[in-house]
Amino acid sequence: MNLSNHIPILIIAIPLLAAFLVPLIGRINKKATGILTTFALSVSLILTIVLAVKILTVGPQVYVFGATSPSLTLPSGLKFPIRIMFQIDAMGIFMGLITAVVSFLGAIYSLPFIKKYDGVDKYYSLLLLLTVGMFGMEFTGDIFNFFVFLEIASIASVALISFRGVDYGEPAEAGFKYMVVSSISALMVLFAVGIFYGQYDILNFAAIASVIKYSQLDKIALGLLIPVLAMKAGAVPMHMWTPDAYSEAPAPITMILVAASQASLYALFRVVFSLYNISLNTLTVGWIIIIFGLLSMFIGVTMAIVQKDIKRLMAYHAVSQTGYMLLGVGVGLAVLANPVALQKYGITAMEGGIFHIMNHAMYKGLLFLTAGALFFRTGTRDLNKMGGLAHYMKYTTIFFIIGAAAIAGLPPFNGFASKLLIYESVYRFNPLLSIIAMVVSILTLASFVKVFHSAFLGPKLPQFKEVKEVPSSMVFAMAVLSCIIIFFGLFPDLIVKNLVHPAVMSLIEQLQYTGTALGGM
Amino acid sequence: MIGNLPYVVVVIFIGLGIYTLMFKKNLIKIAIGVCLIENGVNLFLITLGYRKGAIAPIYTQAPSGQVMVLPTPQALTLTSIVIGIATTALILSVAMMIYKHYGTLDTDEVRRLRG
Repeated sequence: MNLSNHIPILIIAIPLLAAFLVPLIGRINKKATGILTTFALSVSLILTIVLAVKILTVGPQVYVFGATSPSLTLPSGLKFPIRIMFQIDAMGIFMGLITAVVSFLGAIYSLPFIKKYDGVDKYYSLLLLLTVGMFGMEFTGDIFNFFVFLEIASIASVALISFRGVDYGEPAEAGFKYMVVSSISALMVLFAVGIFYGQYDILNFAAIASVIKYSQLDKIALGLLIPVLAMKAGAVPMHMWTPDAYSEAPAPITMILVAASQASLYALFRVVFSLYNISLNTLTVGWIIIIFGLLSMFIGVTMAIVQKDIKRLMAYHAVSQTGYMLLGVGVGLAVLANPVALQKYGITAMEGGIFHIMNHAMYKGLLFLTAGALFFRTGTRDLNKMGGLAHYMKYTTIFFIIGAAAIAGLPPFNGFASKLLIYESVYRFNPLLSIIAMVVSILTLASFVKVFHSAFLGPKLPQFKEVKEVPSSMVFAMAVLSCIIIFFGLFPDLIVKNLVHPAVMSLIEQLQYTGTALGGM
Repeated sequence: MIGNLPYVVVVIFIGLGIYTLMFKKNLIKIAIGVCLIENGVNLFLITLGYRKGAIAPIYTQAPSGQVMVLPTPQALTLTSIVIGIATTALILSVAMMIYKHYGTLDTDEVRRLRG
């Protein structure tokens, strides 16, 4: 048996198995649960990197469940129109890499962070399930499977958000909001699945894409899918759950939640580009996504400026940064039907938007982890109560500066690289959009200067005399993210050429996507 | 016309569910609203697979030549029902935790997170 053919399923199966082993092992030894989780996720990370190398050199991979090829006919004559499969192209593995890195570092960071709470084994079990759900959403080629993995991720993340709800009221409140939002979105996705199945008798993304007619019913399905996936991604008119959920979840979970909302964002792009592509009115849908993006950028940042809770402030910035991704990809979609404009600036805009997804996961994760480190040592998230912490927590201060500079788009950090791509390409589409994006970036910088000033600078405060640097595994997780940020900032060309450009091309070229799955059919 | 009746029921279910979510202030009633939408979607899936005069899709015991209803939507619905149970249980348990801390289920009073 050749195991290397089974890498896609192993990436999901290993955390899934570990998720159910962890509570059993927790009965014997509580400490072993965290180590088992970290081990399972590190195996997943290594396998994802191996798969990424394979996909970027050989081409998209299809993994069919229970058969060797998508259209296998059994000896008894039983033949399925198309089987259930994972279909992983450059875009899917790009998101998979983010998920793998973020969940692995989240598990390492959790080791000391979560030690003082009860129910550590359940925490790790849910963390693994959340990772499984995210990987599944990114890898699957089947629209009903997508719904199932979406629900796995939602249920696990709700339980994790309200993890501290046993002791405090607020996390339960945030969890309730997120649960209602995510069950509505999942049910609407299921309704759209029903519409597709009723028309075309198939549930496979690629197979639907090859026969889609853009009828009235398809328009209804699109109208259901775009708002609910944008809602799960936290775009502005539907962003009310984001600040609550992000601020009340434990810090490592917040970092993973950011990646989970980006998995929904990925699904939005997958639906628009791979499922419909130029059969829809790209200019209108593109502008709808651009307007979602603009609103998210501007309202997110203005709401962030007035916040006093450090994690709530960062959560509003997460909404604002999601706007950049929607803006970049929306511009790419708006000019999709126009090959000249697409070559001139559309592809660059999409590269900026997609590159920003990875950059955002890294620096926003780092910022949430530093906020978690402050909370871990001081016990408060209120900026007015903090001060002078740079005297006690030197590493955390440095990591915070790196993260803040990256989110504000200062060179030589990674936020600058992707934002520059967005500015210069969007300027050629519509100068006003680019100017708004720059203003938002300046406001972001102002807001983080305020955080830096009130949390880290100032004289030593007597109530923080006992505060010292966080444990080494938390420092390790933050240091890895900082290294990735600086590396991406120094060599953006390398990443854009090898990782981001193939991802963008795999979104744009619909025929390649359907061709990989349907093969010789 | 009469064949379209299930779709009308689907619309009523989902409409009632959305109405409950938007205008009811009690957390338990919100959970009921989510359940109503879920039932509507499940009914929609089942209706899609219905064929007039068809029998249950059990391959081995069917008389040959008989029309069967589509099995796939039924499998989808079964999965969706199982997921729905987990969702409902989680919503209700979170509502229970909220009641423990706030002493009320009224959404106007469960508002410590704002701004």
